[in-house]
Amino acid sequence: MTNNVSADVDEPTPEKPSKRQRQAGHIADAASVGIKVLLVKIIALGVLDALALTAIFILLAQREWLVIGVVVVATGLINWIYLGKRKLPAKYLTPGVIFLLIFQVFVLGYTAYIGFTNYGTGHNGTKEQAVSALMSSALERVEDSPTYAVTVLEQGDTLNLLVTEPNGEVMVGNAETPLHPVDNAQMDGGKAVGLDGYTALTFQEILAQSDAITALSVPASEDPNDGALRTPDGTSGYLYVSNLEYDEAAGTMTDTATGTVYTDNGSGAFTADDGQQLLPGWQVVVGADNFVRALTDESIRGPLVYVTIWTFVFAIVSVATTFFLGLFLAIVFNDMRMRGRKFYRVLMILPYAFPSFLSALVWAGMMNESFGFINQVLLGGAAVPWLTDPTLAKVSILIVNLWLGFPYMFLVCTGALQSIPEELQEAATVDGAKPWAVFRLIKLPLLLVSLAPLLIASFAFNFNNFNLIYMLTNGGPRDSSAPIPVGHTDILISMVYKVAFTGQTRDYGLASAFTILIFIVVAIISIISFRKTKALEDLN
Amino acid sequence: MMVKKKGLLAAGAVAVVATLALAGCASGGSDAPAGDKPSASSAGTLTVWVDAERVDALKGAAASYTEKTGVEVKLVSKDNNTIKDDFIQQVPTGKGPDITMGAHDWAGELSTNGVVAPLELGDSAANYLPIAIDAATYEGSVYLLPYAVENIAVLRNADLIPEPAANFDDMIAKGKAAGLEQPFVVEQGAEGNPYHLYPFQTGFGAPVFGTNDKGYDATDLQIGSAGGEQFATWLGAQGKNGTGVFNTDIDGEIAKQAFLDGKAAFWLTGPWNVGAAIDGGINVAIDTVPSPTGEVASPFAGVKGFYLSAESKNKVAANDFLVNYIGTEEVQLELFKAGNVLPALKAAAETASADPIIAGFAAVGAQAVPMPAIPAMGAVWQYWGIAEADVINGADPVATWQKLAADVQAAINK
Repeated sequence: MTNNVSADVDEPTPEKPSKRQRQAGHIADAASVGIKVLLVKIIALGVLDALALTAIFILLAQREWLVIGVVVVATGLINWIYLGKRKLPAKYLTPGVIFLLIFQVFVLGYTAYIGFTNYGTGHNGTKEQAVSALMSSALERVEDSPTYAVTVLEQGDTLNLLVTEPNGEVMVGNAETPLHPVDNAQMDGGKAVGLDGYTALTFQEILAQSDAITALSVPASEDPNDGALRTPDGTSGYLYVSNLEYDEAAGTMTDTATGTVYTDNGSGAFTADDGQQLLPGWQVVVGADNFVRALTDESIRGPLVYVTIWTFVFAIVSVATTFFLGLFLAIVFNDMRMRGRKFYRVLMILPYAFPSFLSALVWAGMMNESFGFINQVLLGGAAVPWLTDPTLAKVSILIVNLWLGFPYMFLVCTGALQSIPEELQEAATVDGAKPWAVFRLIKLPLLLVSLAPLLIASFAFNFNNFNLIYMLTNGGPRDSSAPIPVGHTDILISMVYKVAFTGQTRDYGLASAFTILIFIVVAIISIISFRKTKALEDLN
Repeated sequence: MMVKKKGLLAAGAVAVVATLALAGCASGGSDAPAGDKPSASSAGTLTVWVDAERVDALKGAAASYTEKTGVEVKLVSKDNNTIKDDFIQQVPTGKGPDITMGAHDWAGELSTNGVVAPLELGDSAANYLPIAIDAATYEGSVYLLPYAVENIAVLRNADLIPEPAANFDDMIAKGKAAGLEQPFVVEQGAEGNPYHLYPFQTGFGAPVFGTNDKGYDATDLQIGSAGGEQFATWLGAQGKNGTGVFNTDIDGEIAKQAFLDGKAAFWLTGPWNVGAAIDGGINVAIDTVPSPTGEVASPFAGVKGFYLSAESKNKVAANDFLVNYIGTEEVQLELFKAGNVLPALKAAAETASADPIIAGFAAVGAQAVPMPAIPAMGAVWQYWGIAEADVINGADPVATWQKLAADVQAAINK
């Protein structure tokens, strides 16, 4: 450094060539660093391009054209940005923007999309899949019909079944021609294995045409009521009749036994006139139905009100109690007169260091009414229903959350307190202010300037604190008067989880609609709170 | 300045690469279990999802099948808790497996979602235990190739109580005579546990659903019958305000500990807990469930097996592999060794019953009824346990039971 400074000093020196040499050296240095950067850049981009290429090949095999497009455009853009000379801001922003797009924007957008569909149990795939699933489950084996030994024969492009009946009679047929007897079949141990003019398929060839062979249905006779012969494995065949008939042009399914016609009326399933649906159905966009249902469904509306109230109480009280306990302890341990502060501080942080869901489980065990540590050891066998009484369960949740949450507040308060200059307190004391007044009028407002955003974040976190509720009480005790499985300590997110994901009927559409509603609530509260926080900042 | 910029650039580049790698993994990852597109040259691949404990047991069958047919069998180890949801979500995208391991009571949900195809066992159906075939049948079609039948039974500490109990009251009396405060334990919990209480309910002649020729009939809800109310009354008398035999504070862990400590001599549980009891040095005997009435107390039977994906591109091989390979005594015994649960194939079940514990569970299983696989059962589960827990904790039994029946009916009609 000193050399550089002296070199810059504009004073004649006898070592002119050496100055030029130094300048040349600097340029060379700069150039060599540039080469290193360039190398890293090229290698990194090379790795990236190679990965992108692999991804494209994999996607190509699956014909995911849209994703391929995205990968190509993204990779091209990244190469253009980092190989170019200017565009410095873009070089810094790109990684963040990519993460943002993948992990935030895409997830949000997809959730919103699902919120407008009927995705859930019974509406899980596409219409074609639903039709094929319905048709295959509608097949019923003809009662008391035997197992037929079957050989798959090919004639041109047509697949035929060569059937040996249990009584030894040999028949052949294909999708158009019903089974008819033949007498010149080649036999092998009582089973017909070949026929002149046809090629018998080997097992490998059968596997290669798996779909066509399992779909092959050979009518047993001209009368459809006799059923059709199908083979699931290419070696044995069974007679089936189908209970459903699909008319693709009309978009209807007809139950052949009862004659009921099920129509595709746009609701995502074949529906009869009386509203009965054939499941599986398929996914369709249903507009705002899920949102309307979330807010008006009778079975949800009742519990929704008190669950919402409790969610707010839980989030606000949790933030308030943890903040004030954390602040109190921070002030206490910030006092120089306190001995063993470091030891206590470590002790304080411990709850913060354990994974919260684990702690919640441990607390759930300790609060068990008959066998828990608290009742058995601390309270000498008192049967306090910590988690099974509706009110006490709420108190327990707040206590546990206080235990889990105060160390965080303690940490941030300690930090914030130490950033307040001592002079302020001294000046106030000299002016005759009492400690409480100093705290209330000077320290707290200054603290809130830096802590208010954290309190808002903490509110948002507790508003959706699924872990704690799920692990500690699982929403219980159950409200047995409610028509849906909701408990007295359920918050919105855990109620959504129960409504949408427990039991055998999932409703991802409804769950997504709820998620968006919760998101809107939290967003509005955060915006209002941040506005208020700005007022605090004006204090400075 | 230069150094800082270089560092940042490098970090940026690493981040970008990581992102793309993640994106690549995401697509590559979901692609990995797919591999089900039969290429023209080879006979193709079967992807089978197996729960982690049984992967090794299937390796032999997979290898021998590959050897015989040239079809590669790819076993993918999955977490048992997520296998069903993953299957339902992945099959419609065409990326799911060809075959998945599962429990029989998933059949309704899987079929409603259109992700499973029916199987045809043909004449081999007669080779399986009748209860396995009953359980594997949903709406008249067989959806599951069964490999194991699982049910609960009473584990008895034979050192404390040498003789099996004749009935429920006898069991409690025997335990009290041996000086035990809580002779009998069964897993409950704050939300009850109807699976473990079901044998007593059947003792009062109150099944959940009636049956027709296709299996359980969702339109015939039987739970609220007179027998159900009698059961509720009896349950209330054995609860908090009665004898205290049933206690919702006793969960699985507490019940296990009580039995291992010798504080309880009878434990109503499944084969999955036998290992722990034997390891704990308990002389375990397996008894049928002591009935509170004179009738047989039938537990639920759960049947485990393999489902065929509706979107499998290789259905012929999948059918062949399931019916002709998994359905052999050899493979069923391999699977039995991995899980110690009674095999579903008759011949294998007989071999496995040489073990007195397995024979004990098999004897109880002979009285068992398949757990309903109909989706309407979901509506029952969500109210059933909580109603039982309420009754145990002192709620009016008959009124609670009537509300249960009404809630379930309303949920089914919805």
